[in-house]
Amino acid sequence: MSTITTRLRHLILLLPLLVAGGAAAGPDNHVDIARGKALVIAGDCIACHTAPRGERFAGGLALQTPFGQIMAPNITPDNTTGIGSWSADDFARAMQEGRRPDGAYLYPAFPYPYYTKVARGDLDAIYAYLRTLQPVENRVDRDTLPFPFNIRLLMKGWNTLFFTPGPFKPDSARSAEFNRGAYLVEGLGHCGACHTPFNSFGASRNDKYLEGNQIDNWTAPNITNDARAGLGKWSADDIVQYLKTGQNGFSLASGPMKDVVENSTSKMPASDLKAIAVYLKERGAAGPPASTPLLASDPRMQAGEAIFVDTCAACHMRSGDGVAHLFPKLAGSAVATQQDPATLVRIIVAGGRAAATDGAPTSPAMPSLGYRLTDSQVADVVTYVRNSWGNAAAPVTEETVKALRARVTGAAAGD
Amino acid sequence: MVRRLPRKDVVIVGLGWTGSIVAYELARLGLDVVALERGPWRDTASDFNIGTAPDELRYAVRHDIFLRPKQETLTMRNHPSQTALPIRKWGSFLPGNGVGGAGLHWNGQTWRFLPDDFRIRSHMIERYGAGIMPEGNQIQDWPVSYDELEPHYDRFEQVAGISGKAGNIKGTIQPGGNPFEGARAREYPTPPMKQGYAQSLFTKAATGMGLHPFPRPSGNISSAYTNPYGCSMAPCTYCGFCEWFGCANYSKSSPQTCVLPALVREPTFEARTDCEVTKVNLSADGKMATGVTYIDAAGEECEQPGDLVLVCAFSLFNVRLLLLSGIGKPYDPATGEGVVGRNYAYQTGSGASAFFEDAKFNPFAAAGSLGVALDDYNSDNFDHGPHGFVGGASITSAHTNGRPIRYHPVPPGTPAWGSAWKKAVKDTYQRVTYVGAQGSVMSYRNNYLDLDPTYKDPLGRPLMRMTFDYQPNEQKMANWMAERCQEIAKAMGAKTTQLNRLRVPWSVVPYQTTHNTGGAVMGSDPNTSVLNRYLQSWDVSNVFVMGASAFPQNAGYNPTGTVGALTYWSLEAIFKYLKSPGALVSR
Repeated sequence: MSTITTRLRHLILLLPLLVAGGAAAGPDNHVDIARGKALVIAGDCIACHTAPRGERFAGGLALQTPFGQIMAPNITPDNTTGIGSWSADDFARAMQEGRRPDGAYLYPAFPYPYYTKVARGDLDAIYAYLRTLQPVENRVDRDTLPFPFNIRLLMKGWNTLFFTPGPFKPDSARSAEFNRGAYLVEGLGHCGACHTPFNSFGASRNDKYLEGNQIDNWTAPNITNDARAGLGKWSADDIVQYLKTGQNGFSLASGPMKDVVENSTSKMPASDLKAIAVYLKERGAAGPPASTPLLASDPRMQAGEAIFVDTCAACHMRSGDGVAHLFPKLAGSAVATQQDPATLVRIIVAGGRAAATDGAPTSPAMPSLGYRLTDSQVADVVTYVRNSWGNAAAPVTEETVKALRARVTGAAAGD
Repeated sequence: MVRRLPRKDVVIVGLGWTGSIVAYELARLGLDVVALERGPWRDTASDFNIGTAPDELRYAVRHDIFLRPKQETLTMRNHPSQTALPIRKWGSFLPGNGVGGAGLHWNGQTWRFLPDDFRIRSHMIERYGAGIMPEGNQIQDWPVSYDELEPHYDRFEQVAGISGKAGNIKGTIQPGGNPFEGARAREYPTPPMKQGYAQSLFTKAATGMGLHPFPRPSGNISSAYTNPYGCSMAPCTYCGFCEWFGCANYSKSSPQTCVLPALVREPTFEARTDCEVTKVNLSADGKMATGVTYIDAAGEECEQPGDLVLVCAFSLFNVRLLLLSGIGKPYDPATGEGVVGRNYAYQTGSGASAFFEDAKFNPFAAAGSLGVALDDYNSDNFDHGPHGFVGGASITSAHTNGRPIRYHPVPPGTPAWGSAWKKAVKDTYQRVTYVGAQGSVMSYRNNYLDLDPTYKDPLGRPLMRMTFDYQPNEQKMANWMAERCQEIAKAMGAKTTQLNRLRVPWSVVPYQTTHNTGGAVMGSDPNTSVLNRYLQSWDVSNVFVMGASAFPQNAGYNPTGTVGALTYWSLEAIFKYLKSPGALVSR
């Protein structure tokens, strides 16, 4: 049996070489494999395709979607449980069309609406690299969605409505650097998968591209060039520094972005980071209209200030300025004033930790304070942070905190 | 059944300040480095939450981050004529347990020893004649000079982010700093801490007396700082939970804040915690270490082969490991022969309490190394001729804490409990401050460490025996210093003062200081030292021993600054050793 499998695999390994000619990598094509590895890093494939404490790329991570749980598949070249039997064309079709080799539809939790823009040459390099991984036998249950979403054919209709296949088309009016950034952000980097709001069908809203979303109970902030909600105050170098080290004078990466920085952007070449920064700075700005700050005399502000002084000010400073490299600045923070307060609330309730990179290895932690602050107290202090030192954003209610605490800590909402 | 593990380039015993520094500096060369630490892993984010770190009961009373006597203890006596008994509850000193070691629970006072301290024997005899040397002393010059150590003191201060004010930059005296210090290459990496009311009174009084006060160099740092390893620190919040605690605020210099974040990123570094090294293994001829044997967390005995063995445990346990491994000849006070265990020393504490009529010292707004000090009475900065003792002390006005459970100052004569005691605590808490003298301890024939003939640890190995007492020289010095402290306390305006003399005989019960030095000292003569001037064993050339165990005697300062400097000094030699292994000094 195993001999047959091995022989089959050798045969399959050869097939793309025969069929696609030079497009696929031969096993000694180190240049393509190294390029594929860099692309896999840029795409942060490891983030979804590796389970906690699981083998790298062997799948099994449960992705929570509004429609139910989807288990990310094994993408090691194991013949039975991974993608060992896939050809380069099979792989390209999955990435570009969201279809499995047997024609079955994939769900867009696998962000093929972004990957469709990746050039075939890059897809082949990724394929070549994935084939160099150690095959891991790890069967992942690929059918965990409840009825009716377990009917994969439904995605045919979804694709008709929301999916525009086709490779990235550079804008000849823009610089090569801008286009490189666009190619990375809109394609393999799939930044919009987190940073763009969904419609009720779980599709990214093109009219709100990169204007922020909530992912896994974290705020994925607006990353347009909007001066207030987005990256408008950041220079291109600030963006590069953030992606490279996980921090800059404005912010420290935490939550899902911590993983993105640690696994992906901190390991990307500086030229690609610069291209991403140029694209994000030049692409355009969009955000909600400015809010009016709550009055300091508002009882929520007064209660929030008292909590802030007792509990927060030792690290974040009375001025909200924080401490460089360690304790995020809250004054003027775009994350603190996003329409969605999830990040602020959940970090207070459950704690958090910033990214560790070669450039900034410390990885400071914010302790969980949920054990000693009630929902109402968290709401007040978040409201205070969102409306102090020049910040202005909608107040946060006790109910919002209660619901988020329940989702983040598993505490019953009635507790 | 011993499990034999794959060979490593470097095996490190203990992951505190010295172990983490050498691990990082060697791992980043690409060497395969394993550190074996007998206690648990500890890091700021996981273990020291700002909500729970300032827990006096857990840490200061119940000693959460310290060694349990069941893991290891010592037997103790004051004199060789006595029978030593085991220490069943740590008291006079508290050895740390786990990653970070003493560098985790310390106060952060980070001194450089003075140039004269490194050649104290020669210096004192040159200036005062041999008659000044105390009876039974084994004081010896260090095999390294201040000038040789200066770049390495600097390196350690830069890594630890130390806050202070230079007193002597390249020979030019700097106003506001310590005019007695050896020449420094540059300023401290961060400015001095903000001082409290007591320190302002001390500064004024001492200056008026012609003395030279300056802010104490501090590892509770004054401003945000990123060190040469890329690790970031935050300004101290003066919460007063330093000594015996881990800092949750990234403000106390420690392996956790200054080294581990960079170290754990090194792909060739591995830490194994809850692993107790029982022995350094030697080749058949005893001239080379082949690795170490340890008991892992599951209780399994493992053999870890390695090319280079770096003994980086707490000073006392370095000495015991050498004794148990047969590295170097054990010291015998009867014959004066042997070296391992020789020249154990400690530290004196004396001073004056100053009770004020009306003052608010706010002792809770404090930090472990906050304070103003003066060195006019340290080392040989004053004329020892009229006093007949060797050594000196740094004199300091400081509040390290005003914590609720254990900080209950009362005037002399107050009952120990009851309503009168409560009233006295309430009346005194804000009105008392201290002038303290932390003094040197010289080395003596009868102060030493060896293996106890009777008591054994749970693994059946003999406990180490400590034979120590303060000798007449130290008593004379410390009590003279207490009087100097009292003079300053009076000049500060205290209504009443209390003289705090050196407590003799030395007792293991009340906490005094964890500045245990010597026992594996560095020197120029293999007959009176365990290590050569590069901290390399004279007998086993691939063993280096880091830490205060290398001090030939102790100076009038906290040891950590010098421990750090010696570590970088030795590392420079290890880099040379790696290119051409062998003895760096021929015997």
